[in-house]
Amino acid sequence: MSVDTLTPNLSDNWDQFESWKLANYEARGGYKAARKALFEMTSAEIIDVVKESGLRGRGGAGFPTGMKWSFIPQDNPKPKYLVVNCDESEPGTCKDVPMLMATPHTLVEGIIIACKAVNSHQAFIYVRGEVLHVIRRLQKAVADAYQAGYLGKGIFGSDYDLDIVVHSGAGAYICGEETALLDSLEGRRGQPRLRPPFPAVAGLYASPTVVNNAESISSVPAIINNGAAWYKLMGTEKSSGATIYSVSGHVMRPGQYEAPLGITYRELLDLAGGIRPGHRLKFFTPGGSSTPILTDQHLDVALDYEGVAAAGSILGTKALQTYDETVSVVRTTLRYTEFYKHESCGKCTPCREGSWWLVQTLRNLEAGKGREGDVDKLLDVCDNVSMKSFCTLADGFVACITSAIKHFREEFEAGYHTPAWELFPYEKSVYFPDHREKITVSEVADQ
Amino acid sequence: MSGHGFASHYDDAQAIDSIRKPTAITETTIAEMREIMARYPEPRSALLPMLHLAQSIDGCVTDGAVKICADLLGISEAQVNGVATFYTMYKRREAGEHHIGVCTTSLCAVMGGDALIDQMKEKLGIDEGETTADGKFSLERLECNAACDFAPVMMVNWEFMDQMTPEKADKLIDALVAGQEVRATRGATITSFKQAERVLAGFPDGRADEGPSAAGASLAGLEIARQRGWKAPEVPQTPAIEGEEQ
Amino acid sequence: MSTDVKTQANPELVTATIDGIEVHVPKGTLVIRAAEQIGIEIPRFCDHELLDPVAACRACIVEVPDAGNGRGMKPQPACALSLMPGMVIETGASSEKVAKHQSGMLEFLLINHPLDCPICDKGGECPLQNQAMSHGPGESRYEGVKRTYPKPVNISAQLLIDRERCVLCQRCTRFGAQISGDDFISLAERGALSQIVSYTEHPYHSVFSGNIVQICPVGALTSVDYRFQARPFDLVSTATTCENCAVGCELRTDHRHFQVKRRLAGNDPLVNEEWNCDKGRFGFRSGHRDDRLTTPLVRRDGALVAASWPEAIDVAVRGLKAAGSAVGVLPGGRLTLENAYAYSRFARVVLGTNSVDFRNRAYGLEEADFLAAHVAGRDVEDSVTLAGLEKAKKIVLVGFAPEDESPVTFLRLRKAWRKRGVEIIDIAPFVSDAARKMGARTVLTAPGGEIAALATLAEELDADSVVLVGERAGLVPGLLGTVSDLAGKGVRFAWIPRRAGELAALEAGLLPGLLPGSRLVSDASARVDLQAAWGVGKLPEAEGLDAAGIWAGVADGSVKALVTGGIELADLPQAAAARRALAGEVFVVCLEQRASELTEHADVVFPVALLEEQIGTFINWEHRLREVVAVNTRTDTAMTDVRVLAALADAMGSQLGVRSPVEARIAYHEIADWQGLRGDFHPTPANGITPGEGLILAGWRTALDDSRCLDGAETVRETAPPPVARMSATTAAALDAVSGQKVTITGDAGQITLPLMITDRMVDDVVWVPLNSGIQVIPTVGVLPGQRVRVSPDEAAGGVA
Repeated sequence: MSVDTLTPNLSDNWDQFESWKLANYEARGGYKAARKALFEMTSAEIIDVVKESGLRGRGGAGFPTGMKWSFIPQDNPKPKYLVVNCDESEPGTCKDVPMLMATPHTLVEGIIIACKAVNSHQAFIYVRGEVLHVIRRLQKAVADAYQAGYLGKGIFGSDYDLDIVVHSGAGAYICGEETALLDSLEGRRGQPRLRPPFPAVAGLYASPTVVNNAESISSVPAIINNGAAWYKLMGTEKSSGATIYSVSGHVMRPGQYEAPLGITYRELLDLAGGIRPGHRLKFFTPGGSSTPILTDQHLDVALDYEGVAAAGSILGTKALQTYDETVSVVRTTLRYTEFYKHESCGKCTPCREGSWWLVQTLRNLEAGKGREGDVDKLLDVCDNVSMKSFCTLADGFVACITSAIKHFREEFEAGYHTPAWELFPYEKSVYFPDHREKITVSEVADQ
Repeated sequence: MSGHGFASHYDDAQAIDSIRKPTAITETTIAEMREIMARYPEPRSALLPMLHLAQSIDGCVTDGAVKICADLLGISEAQVNGVATFYTMYKRREAGEHHIGVCTTSLCAVMGGDALIDQMKEKLGIDEGETTADGKFSLERLECNAACDFAPVMMVNWEFMDQMTPEKADKLIDALVAGQEVRATRGATITSFKQAERVLAGFPDGRADEGPSAAGASLAGLEIARQRGWKAPEVPQTPAIEGEEQ
Repeated sequence: MSTDVKTQANPELVTATIDGIEVHVPKGTLVIRAAEQIGIEIPRFCDHELLDPVAACRACIVEVPDAGNGRGMKPQPACALSLMPGMVIETGASSEKVAKHQSGMLEFLLINHPLDCPICDKGGECPLQNQAMSHGPGESRYEGVKRTYPKPVNISAQLLIDRERCVLCQRCTRFGAQISGDDFISLAERGALSQIVSYTEHPYHSVFSGNIVQICPVGALTSVDYRFQARPFDLVSTATTCENCAVGCELRTDHRHFQVKRRLAGNDPLVNEEWNCDKGRFGFRSGHRDDRLTTPLVRRDGALVAASWPEAIDVAVRGLKAAGSAVGVLPGGRLTLENAYAYSRFARVVLGTNSVDFRNRAYGLEEADFLAAHVAGRDVEDSVTLAGLEKAKKIVLVGFAPEDESPVTFLRLRKAWRKRGVEIIDIAPFVSDAARKMGARTVLTAPGGEIAALATLAEELDADSVVLVGERAGLVPGLLGTVSDLAGKGVRFAWIPRRAGELAALEAGLLPGLLPGSRLVSDASARVDLQAAWGVGKLPEAEGLDAAGIWAGVADGSVKALVTGGIELADLPQAAAARRALAGEVFVVCLEQRASELTEHADVVFPVALLEEQIGTFINWEHRLREVVAVNTRTDTAMTDVRVLAALADAMGSQLGVRSPVEARIAYHEIADWQGLRGDFHPTPANGITPGEGLILAGWRTALDDSRCLDGAETVRETAPPPVARMSATTAAALDAVSGQKVTITGDAGQITLPLMITDRMVDDVVWVPLNSGIQVIPTVGVLPGQRVRVSPDEAAGGVA
């Protein structure tokens, strides 16, 4: 059975009128899966279906969702918690925000199913604080679900109780790391925790806790409705299903593209109308800034967990930030590294001090004030950081810097004598949307 | 503190980032803070929303707010301060009525964010982290705000101002100065920093139904799919039996 | 693996390989500890054996080529990785790669470090300095800008932080969170700007604050007390025992040019682990002030004047001979066992009296018999121990506020609760911060109500329960009887006095009815045994006067002379009466380190050695012998109490039998073992709560108060909580008083005024005050805890809402 190039499922109602409203969501079959899970399925059956679907975590790590749920020790007398990670902050990643704004009830429904699966009666939606309207929509969706009896005591008339709290973060990328998120949710500084114990054993309030990405949980209702086999029609053997790819940068039609896992960047780029006219691809991030950058040699890499790994990078959050040949890779690498320096929680030495150091060296290179040997020093400092930090935040900037040097070493070396803005005049990279030549949907379709 | 013994040679040694502004928090807000605490199995979880609520009153996290939060939660002020200073949304100086953010993380910076922040500094006459003398605007250099497909991105009171251009940014500020109604590109009518903070604390402002379901770049893929008739696959004829191979 | 090993406490061993060396360690052992056992040193900063792992500094990163399952792991922190069976570990000692990891981490730690070692107190004993030399790159490749902060910043009157030097290991914040339960400092800011700070008006006021200076692995935390005082390599260190309470913490005392510069907590896992309290750490300057006595003094024409030793001895002998056996001996509760033994023999043999009592404090009628019957003669083997507290199921605290009265016991109680889930029950008038930090259930009890409170708990107490009995319990009639009844049904208990010397005094027989080795004065065979051992004629048969009796005797003239050790008049409940009595004819011989209120009344004063100048032994509340080692050997001004008493004995024509602490120690141990009759304890009847008008007075001495041993440690005193009078909201409302308002507490002798602190969860009808913070409450008011006082709010002072 052939599957279409794009497979709108999570995004299928985004163009509908007031798609965020409960009535409109239900009119399109919403909450059917929740009822099915509640009344027709046992917890074990739900977990089995999700396991069988092959759904893997969409927050970047790709851990099988059903397996994560099965780790919750049901003999532990403490309450079980589900925490949904909507702290979308990785540079390039912009899929959860539109999804939650357009269809918050998909998440609420997914939460109901997931809670039933792990026997949790209390869930939290942790949303980064800087996306006000997403928070409004989530607050409303949860409030309306309570109103309808879908949350609270005896949901849907069953004997199952479930509460959801929408919780706003306050500006800290590190809280996307699940244990930092838990500390943050406990009202502390969002710093990662030592593992073990893993959250499944001792997470929120030292109780068994599942932390799932918003897209992972939102993917669940359709799997329950349509079955694991349906889900596996999409994607590849080890990376089943569809996901949202976020294309941004110097392309004609940046945006969200929901496609089966395994689509290539060439295909996505075509759908996105290609690189802006007169320019060509220089490099892109396959899954956000923490994933090693790829270049035009990698256009045909299958964008699934295995394919991207084989190309030496990580699928991550499928955030395809695209840069054309006008862009100085020294400049972008510096900016990314400044991001990590700003967001480093400060707990561990290599991340805290390494980012502080690397930023300074990169600034020198950008300004053409680098010294002979700085590039090797960058690589050696990265080596001293790599894999030795407390969490993977530092590995993100290591990946960013080392991959950039791997592909564009000569640009960094030029920083010994020439400012990046002379080699790559910055105004040439500017691409304001109003300056973008209009391209219609039909034109894209014709290409 | 007594300043006993080896006090620092520096005048500000005793005042690490604390704010001397008195808090305007009243019993009403304290009651709301207790309400937030009641949402959670353990009250300390309420600290982040409580600090948002404090900012909805004071426009920043004041000393007084730190003390109130510490008292309510039964933790030390040092702990509250440790949390308040960890998160960038908590302000040390009072934010303006409208808090303007310009994303300058790599992609937005390249696409025009760098130009936009320079333009904003000039237009508002303030630097990053500052507030205009009339209290109308404050300016912040943002890290990625999860709207890269709408780059370059600006935020006003944490509402999206997508696909910014110098012209649009100029008009935006002018409209806010003039007190005109401004709508977020994907969101609601712009209110104020303080009102936004109140929503973040979990007290809705009734504006969830404003704005579109999705717009612009969010729909890029869906529009093509509709055009070409692409859909998620049909559910297989033979009902999928859970656990069965294939 | 041998079967011997299997039978040990932790039978499950794992076998793994570190740098090619096979190790066998108990399951759960961290790699960093296992490596230590085979002599492999892995650098570390955040790691501390007594703190939970945090793995923040990453200095201890090792490679794990095989996790024991055939698969490797990414580099791991050795401080947080438990050794698993079959695991293969490579450290920097065997692997170039790991050596580079570790060197790289030190390079990172130094890029923002000020490298101000030449002016840093830590220089010379600095783990950062040392490990940078042993494992670091030697030279930095960093050419950038260093982070700078204003420095240093006070986080309390005593503690300073240089944030530039900090490596953010969080040992200090973890100590607060885990060990002492204080959270007055926290990390603030984020990333490279992270820093340890206190918050504005709430400084680091903890009784244990000095520990964070000691465990800081860099020079970030320093104390005002020691800052710029010495270089570590110029210091001579001596392991000894603290004299400031009955825990007997091991100390490391450092001196330079025979001046003690600082005291650190020693490491004794059975007693204080690696901690001590600020009183023990900083309270060592009192003997080095202008009031230190350096020559004998005699009263001439009404004034005390310096005299030669022979002259002073002559004067003392004349006075004591004139008094005959109508002498009272008041040696105090701070003596070493050796000195206490000397007083005991001096009283019995030289003076011929049993009128001797170490208790320079309030006590109840039944206490002496209780101590003779239930406390004296025990040893550590059959005592409740600090470490044993962790194995109890329930611990009841009665008449005992551990954080104030026995601080390191408090730390162990907190650990017992936190690590082992031991249930702690505090019988106290209010729910204290300390109770919260021990997870304790408080049974709200007015003084006098303890017996009833224990009765409600009796059902749940069994052989796995421990009752910790503070010295204040003796003030409640019948309470010690209740404790002894509980002991009868198998409940274990320990008596925990405040002062360091009380247990030794008890064993040395410094009570009117008790001879050394828990022999009873009333037991003829015990007296005969001791006469034989001492080679002396008849020992006095009649039970002597206790402390109250001696002071009464001084007042009525029946006690004609006093021989005193280091005692403070103000500590006496009957201080006012004692002052009046001293104005009379009594002949007073003081053995003292410092001029005091009592020496002002003395006829002869003999200067005696400070604890740091002598050897000796304390017996802590566990009945554990704690060795006191001479720290400062260059002293020619003072003799020990033993030596002075020996000289007096000689001059009296008698013999003390010992002339030095060493001889006293040997002599004591020769007679310590006595298998004969033990004391018989007849508790006094219980009174219950004192009826009457007014409020019941409650109180105890807080850890950092006006105690004279803290003289010279003013910075520490500044960290003490300000004195307040506590009452419940109901009690305060009945008085129409509000928090912050001054209240006056009036008793028979006088009154005191303190600001009111309305205290949540406090028993009604009670006012609690700290007994020696600003004023000595008991002698001033003339009322003991448990008795009634009149309380009235000051009309003038407005309250603070």
